[in-house]
Amino acid sequence: MDPSFLAVQALSGFASASSLFITACGLTLVFGVTRIVNFAHGSLYMIGAYTGATLVPRLLEWSYGPVPFWAGILASAVIVGLIGILIEVLLLRRIYGAPELFQLLATFGVVLVVQDLVVHVFGPQDILGPRAPGLRAPVEILGRRFPSYELVLIAAGPVVLGLVWLLLRKTRFGVLVRAATQDREMVSALGVNQALLFTGTLFLGAFLAGLGGALQVPRVAANTGMDLSVIAECFVVTVVGGMGSVPGAFLAALVIGQLQAFGILIFPKSTLVVVFLLMAAVLVVRPYGFFGRPEIIGGGHAVGIVSRAPSRATLPLTVALMILLAALPLVADAYLLKVAIEILVFGLFAFSLQLLIGVGGLVSFGHAAFFGLGAYGAALAVKWFGAPMEAALPLGLVLAALGAALIGAFVVRLSGIYLAMLTLAAAQILYAVAFQWVDVTGGDNGIVGVWPSPWANERTVYYLVTLVLTAGAALALMRIIDAPFGYSLRAMRDSEARAEAIGLHIRRHRWLAFTLAGAAAGLTGGLYAFSRGSVDPTLLGIPTSVDALTMLLLGGIQTITGPLVGAGVLHALRDQIMPLTDYWRLLLGLAIIAMVLIFPRGLVGTVQHWREVRA
Amino acid sequence: MSLLDVQGLGKSFGGVVAARNVRFGLDRGEMLALIGPNGAGKSTVFNMIGGQLPPDGGTVSLDGADITRLPPRERFRRGIGRTFQVAQAFLSMSVAENVQMALISHHGESRALWGPARTRHRDEALSLLERVGLAEAADRPCAALAYGDVKRVELAVALAGAPKLLLMDEPTAGMAPRERAALMDLTAEIAARDRIGVLFTEHDMDVVFGHADRVLVLVRGEIVAEGTADAIRENPRVREAYLGDAHALAAPGGARP
Repeated sequence: MDPSFLAVQALSGFASASSLFITACGLTLVFGVTRIVNFAHGSLYMIGAYTGATLVPRLLEWSYGPVPFWAGILASAVIVGLIGILIEVLLLRRIYGAPELFQLLATFGVVLVVQDLVVHVFGPQDILGPRAPGLRAPVEILGRRFPSYELVLIAAGPVVLGLVWLLLRKTRFGVLVRAATQDREMVSALGVNQALLFTGTLFLGAFLAGLGGALQVPRVAANTGMDLSVIAECFVVTVVGGMGSVPGAFLAALVIGQLQAFGILIFPKSTLVVVFLLMAAVLVVRPYGFFGRPEIIGGGHAVGIVSRAPSRATLPLTVALMILLAALPLVADAYLLKVAIEILVFGLFAFSLQLLIGVGGLVSFGHAAFFGLGAYGAALAVKWFGAPMEAALPLGLVLAALGAALIGAFVVRLSGIYLAMLTLAAAQILYAVAFQWVDVTGGDNGIVGVWPSPWANERTVYYLVTLVLTAGAALALMRIIDAPFGYSLRAMRDSEARAEAIGLHIRRHRWLAFTLAGAAAGLTGGLYAFSRGSVDPTLLGIPTSVDALTMLLLGGIQTITGPLVGAGVLHALRDQIMPLTDYWRLLLGLAIIAMVLIFPRGLVGTVQHWREVRA
Repeated sequence: MSLLDVQGLGKSFGGVVAARNVRFGLDRGEMLALIGPNGAGKSTVFNMIGGQLPPDGGTVSLDGADITRLPPRERFRRGIGRTFQVAQAFLSMSVAENVQMALISHHGESRALWGPARTRHRDEALSLLERVGLAEAADRPCAALAYGDVKRVELAVALAGAPKLLLMDEPTAGMAPRERAALMDLTAEIAARDRIGVLFTEHDMDVVFGHADRVLVLVRGEIVAEGTADAIRENPRVREAYLGDAHALAAPGGARP
């Protein structure tokens, strides 16, 4: 292989490592002090990029030269830092004590709000920023041209590492940050002004995210997809490096940057696959990353289903509901049936997630992976093997179950926050594969022509097929939750030490739970694909995972029927409100935040609570 | 052959030696107390026998079989039940379900996907609860119990595995004095009847001298004395270890300041 090619490839690996480190360093610092994984960190990065791409050209118009350029980059970072303070004061400060699932959901609410606000403020089109003055000409390295701006980026990573190191070692603020990272309770017992410390940390973290984003301005156009793609990479960096560890983040970013640069030689279609393999390998050997400390983060106060006396009304109510649902085609028009099919599909999708979260206490943030695998499995079977629906649906289910078994084998080694982040990263990898492997998956356009067999093609028949399959699967899952297996999962959620001491094999049970939940989600994915006639990568995206989580939250995490109700209500609301507004994501984000703050029991949970209080 | 045989067990954390060449045996039906000042390494030794902590060296044998490297769940299957210093129970379940869960695991049904759990082994669970005096509370949520009662639930859960050996890490910590004696009387009675060996750590000397057949004294990771309660009370090395804290070794029922 040509050595000059290798050198240039390595250099561009260092450049992306630097950018990644600057952003991920903010995430890990904020986590270390506040113990919150700030999902909105990627949004802050995106705001940094948009602000830079808008602000820097104005400054350059006013006076062209390196000084206004770099001043503009810094100013963008400071602006983002101030937004970070706003987020801390308005939201984070209210959820420091909440279960980690709620913290993740609330900060994801911020992601949704920011997405709409960015479009509103900066417009829907991508913004390409100016090139850096004085760094426009490429340099020659071993006879190859290399952008000189990339060299500046390569230097920026170590410079930021050095500055952060000085800040942490040489200032009182830094001492407090390090102390809080080691033992937050002790720091508060010593009388440190926590509010100020946390606000300051959020400023620093957001500043770094903004800096990371603004530094991208001359390289890539600011676009609305930046937030989620960078947050997934940041999650990988912080998990591999060890949560809360700045040197760990640096080392992990270096390794990942090089892997991405050279992974292109192995998997030209998706370098992310290589990154995922690295993460899996590291976590098998060092479950807490390079420099992470073995401690359980989150998972300490899992919320979930509790035992309730069986009610005699359950059976008649279930039968009555089934009869009503089966009779729906008699009164419903085609549109209503389409909505009903989607509600059934998403109801089971959310319910399969409940097996992991509400029963097992396993906060999976990548459930879309299994939904998407089911959908793609079915669609690929149709496209490549000409399989009929009767064969394609089970194939999708099997593919999803296999994917869940594979991903589950790694994630059951983890708990709490690590598990949430790893599941999210796994789903993002699959998303990238579906997006990039155009020859097989059709890329962005997906696969079309996924229609049911002729006998089921009529809307009413397909509705009934969906009803039978989803209701059957949901009832089976309910049995499983009530059966010893479901109780064993709950036992492990309540107390791992006790569960282990009565002979339960924790990883094996959780792995089986992942496989079962994945299979059920895969069934819903296949049904969804045939109902729409097509699949595309958004089915695997983070928003799909969050849809399921929102349905759980809305219905009530501590209830068995909550997810089903939540799916119905959310879908009906979306159907009514989305056509009326350009700000659906903003509304949804605010609604999620409001639910976490004032309505954490959910609809069904609240009704149950009222009845118990009255009794 | 003794039921539990510990040979040359050692563990250090960095430079701190938490246990050094610990060796002792325990017979069926015997109540053995492991005492020592704070930081002596009691919990370390305990967790190495329970399987929560791998030892640096030495062996742990149960009924002649080497179990040194087995995880806690395998030790449960071999007949070791345990309770924790801070009671660990399944707080989302009812009292009976806690015991039923242990019975389900004992019978190897924990991965059964069909058939409700709440009806399985209920009678057996109720009779275990009867033995620890919690029959009336069977259908109450475990989270609603007083702490002392949760400790009893733990005992019933530990007994559900039909253990040969019971490990109790500070069984009476956090309980009222009268409850302490009652729980230990109950434990002694069960141990005697079912020929279960009991190893327990304890800070309350009334409990130790009132219930232990034999006492081991651990100081800085080493066993410095072993013998009956009376012999230990008179042992000068033990007195030295507790450094003037003479009241800690006063006869049970004696005047306490």
